[in-house]
This record gives sequence, structure tokens and C-alpha cells, in this order.
Amino acid sequence: MSYFIHLATLFSIYAILGVSLNLLVGFTGLVSVMHAAFFGIGAYAAAILMTKLGLNFFLAAIFGAVISGAIGCAMGWLFARLGGDYYVMGSVAWNFIIVSIFINWESLTNGPLGIPGIPKPSFGNISFASNASFLALSLIFLVCVYFVARWIVSSSFGRVIKAIREDEEAAKVFGYHTLLFKVAVSGAASAMAGIAGALFASYITFIEPTTFSVMESVLILAIVIFGGFANIRGSVLGALALVLIPEALRFAGFSQEIAANMQQLVYGLVLILFMLYRPQGLMGEYKF
Amino acid sequence: MTNNGTALEVKNLAKHFGGVYAVDNLSLKIEKGSITALVGPNGSGKTTLINLISGLLSIDGGAVVVGGAALGRILPQELPAYGITRTFQNVRLFEQMPVLDNILFVLTERGVFGALFERHSEFHLKHAEEVLRLVGLWEKRNELAVNLSYGQRKLLEIARAYAMCNIASKEGSGGKYEVPPVEENREAGVRNRGFLRRRRSRRHAVNNNNVEILLFDEPFAGLFPAMAETVAEVFRALKAAGKTIILVEHDMGIIRRLTDYVFVLDSGKLLAEGKPDEVLARREVVEAYLGE
Repeated sequence: MSYFIHLATLFSIYAILGVSLNLLVGFTGLVSVMHAAFFGIGAYAAAILMTKLGLNFFLAAIFGAVISGAIGCAMGWLFARLGGDYYVMGSVAWNFIIVSIFINWESLTNGPLGIPGIPKPSFGNISFASNASFLALSLIFLVCVYFVARWIVSSSFGRVIKAIREDEEAAKVFGYHTLLFKVAVSGAASAMAGIAGALFASYITFIEPTTFSVMESVLILAIVIFGGFANIRGSVLGALALVLIPEALRFAGFSQEIAANMQQLVYGLVLILFMLYRPQGLMGEYKF
Repeated sequence: MTNNGTALEVKNLAKHFGGVYAVDNLSLKIEKGSITALVGPNGSGKTTLINLISGLLSIDGGAVVVGGAALGRILPQELPAYGITRTFQNVRLFEQMPVLDNILFVLTERGVFGALFERHSEFHLKHAEEVLRLVGLWEKRNELAVNLSYGQRKLLEIARAYAMCNIASKEGSGGKYEVPPVEENREAGVRNRGFLRRRRSRRHAVNNNNVEILLFDEPFAGLFPAMAETVAEVFRALKAAGKTIILVEHDMGIIRRLTDYVFVLDSGKLLAEGKPDEVLARREVVEAYLGE
């Protein structure tokens, strides 16, 4: 049972990452391969605030989301002038830079050794130390992020970011300052990734830099591609599939070590097959 | 020209690509409330001129004068604040969005926070319905723009420009959305009265879609007669509402039938101007089109 609770908790964290990245990739057309960086910023910010300053998880998560969102806004502004392939390359580079900072800013991040002993959440007398209660908490966060994302894309703002994805120059001609919309959506997506990071740090109770590498960004992108571009429900489905499929390989007779490597293989295959045969993903409403 | 006043003026405008002058020290005045055609052979600078006026290309020399202000630099996002909108030579729609959303896009809030807290209302839907019915696309409102035929796509783009004019909404709003006088609005948007005030004025103008000048780049190209007639009807409606239309067109029949004034460009320079019948009969104009 605890194994399934563990999988469900991972699913809820990755679903938050998938939903938030879909705002950027599926709705705005910004193919970001740096989402793990914001996931990491949220995780590190929350972990440092909890372990060094003794802050409560919820306050730390809010700060983590704000810091991640602010850096996301700055990156949104910086990369706004980059289009298409250049945006992808820039985002990959940014993920490398962030991981490098996590590794080398030892006085703050404890370097390659990572940060151990991150406390579990608690709120007054209510503790979320057990796996079941943590799952409930992470599902509540997922539901909140899901509805915030739905609210964003069903507003006029949502229509504008889709128009930016279609033809940014044409959108400008009708009076939209598209840069501001791109900065805002980058900030929102990064803040959501920051919340996922805080949850992850508190759940695993230990974080280290390589968890937030470019490979992790590719995994989150695979969730969006699998579930479908510009469909929030699709991202939840994508997270469910990409968290469960590799786990299912453990029961296919592969050894523990091979099963772990198979995970990368599965993600790679998913990306290739979907790009070839269903570029809009399972529930996608947009095709690149 | 008659004496309605000038809607837009181009003063010594220049644009070069490397050593080639696409627009070469060009000056012209567009009369308010008129339908004016820009004609000329391919490469004569017509589309470049439209792109300069709409801010898609940077101006190398000269200025565009709107509402009394000479603009040496125009940003595309500020275009509606100057009371201008446009269509494109190669149709540019929001392809993977429904037809209705392509119209709602130009009717809703321009600011980030305003847009975030806005859901389109009955007012927006009613306005969009009026505009789409005008071009016969209301029944297609839920289809993706990419799935429309070429002619329908062209009509949708023209409808999107028409929606910027607030003609339908005056009736549809039941007086709820009062539109400030055009002159006051535009001049407030253009004059240098201080950054904050100018921004407020622009936002005000944009949200009311008070466009007065419409630039159409080859709106009739590739349309079969019934669709061309629909476009002509839209133009007549715009003219009746006092809007100024500038169109790039090659069909001389349409120019003679629809336009009040013609500018003939050749190699980025003004070759001739005047009433359509008179200008199109001139020897130098015929030579520019057909060769000597």
C-alpha cells in the first residue's frame, strides 16, 4: 500500500510540473527545457528556509514559489526576444547554469552533498509526516494548481497567449504588449514549478543538484507531449502515465538497475513515437 | 482631393534594405473618410509602405503623421492607439484557434491583469456575431481558422480588422460602452503629454477599438466574385461610418469601382496620383505596369 501511496505522491508532484509547463509549451508555444531549474529553485529555496531558518513548510513553499516565479519572470523577459529553436537552446543553457549554481554555491546549497533532513510539513497540531497525509496534501496542491491553470487559460489572457503561440507579430498589431504576457505566463508557470519543488523537497527530505538536471526537464516535457499540448487534463494524464509506466517495468522481470535505465529509454521512445504519430499528444488541442 | 482633412500623412519616408531603397523619400496625404488605393508593379514598395505605417518595419528616414503627431518610430502594439489597424498580404490568422476566438481576441482586454480577470461576455459575443454574420462566417464560428478555405480565411481577416472599428458595438452595447470622440481619443494618445497620461489614453483608445484608418494589403486577391462582393460591402460599410481605407490592389476594375483616389508607386517613389480613371489612363502608369 505504501508503495502505491509513494507513486501517487510522485504523480501529484509531476502532474503539477506537467500542468505548469503546459502553460508555457502548449498554450504559449514556448518550448521550455528548463522547467527542472524552477522545480529545483523552489525545492532549494524551501529546503534552505526550512533547515536554516526553521520556517514552516507552508511559508517556505510560498517563498519558494515567489522566488521561482520572480526568476521565471526575469527569464521570461530575457528569453522573450528568442524565438523557436533559440528559445529551446537558451532554456537548456539556463538549466545547466542553475544546476551549476546548486553544485558550486556550497555555502548556501551544500554543493554536491545536497541538503539532508528537510522537515515534513505541519500546520499547527496537524502533521503531514505520514505518507498518506502527505499524499492528501500534495493532491490538494495539485487540485489548486489545476484550477488556477484552468482559470488562466479560460480567461481572455488564455486567448492572448494562444494567439502569441500562433502569430506573435499579428497579436502585437492588435494592441497587445506580448512581452508582458510572456513574462507573466513564465512567472506563473515557474511559481507552480516552485511549489512542486517545495513539496518534493519536503517529501523526499533530501535534495541534491543532479535531481534538477536537463534530463529532468526532458521528463517534464515528455509528460506534456504525452498528455497533449494546450490541454490541462492531458498533462495530469501524462504525469500518471509517465510515473506509472517505468514502475510497471519493474514487474516485467527486469532487474532493479536495468529498470531504472529503462525509464530513460521509455521517455525517449515516448517522445519519438508521439512526435511521429500523434504530435498533439493524447488529448492535445494544438499541433506544432 | 476634397476637403475632409487629412487622416494620415507620410513625409519623406524612406526604407532601404542594404543598398536597395524600397521606399524612397516618399510623401503622400490620405484624405479622411476616403478609400485610397496604392498601386504599382511588384516591388514598387506598396507592402513596405504598409509595413512602415504599421510598425512592422523600422523607419529609416522621414515620418508618418497621424492625429497631428509626426512619428519616426512606430511600435506595432501601439498601432490601435493611433487609430490604425491592418490586414496582411499573406493571410495571418490565429490558425489553431476557432473562428470566434479570432474575433473575440480583438474585442477583449489588452492589459495583462485586465485580461486575466476577464471572461468574454454577452456583449463581446453579440459584437462578434454581428461581425461574423457580415462576412457570412457565423456558422463557422467553432471551426479552427486553419480549416477554412482560402477565401473564408481572407474574409475572417477582414472581419477581424472591421471588428476593431467599433461600428457594430455601438448598436450592440445598448449604450453601455460609450466611445469617446475620436479626435480627442487619438490626439490624447499621440501627443507627448507625459508617459502615464499617454499610456492611459492609449489603453482607453485600444479598449474601445476606436480604429479610424484601415490598411488592407491585397484584400481581393484570390477571391471568387461573391466573396469579392462581400469585401466590397464591408468597405462600403466602413466608408459610410466615416472610416479611412488604404488598400493595396492590382485589380483595376475594383480600383475604378471602389476607390476615391489612387497613388501609383514605382521603385519606392510616387509616380502619379489622382482620381482612378484619370491616373490609370496615364501613359507613365501604363508603362510602369506593362513596360514600354
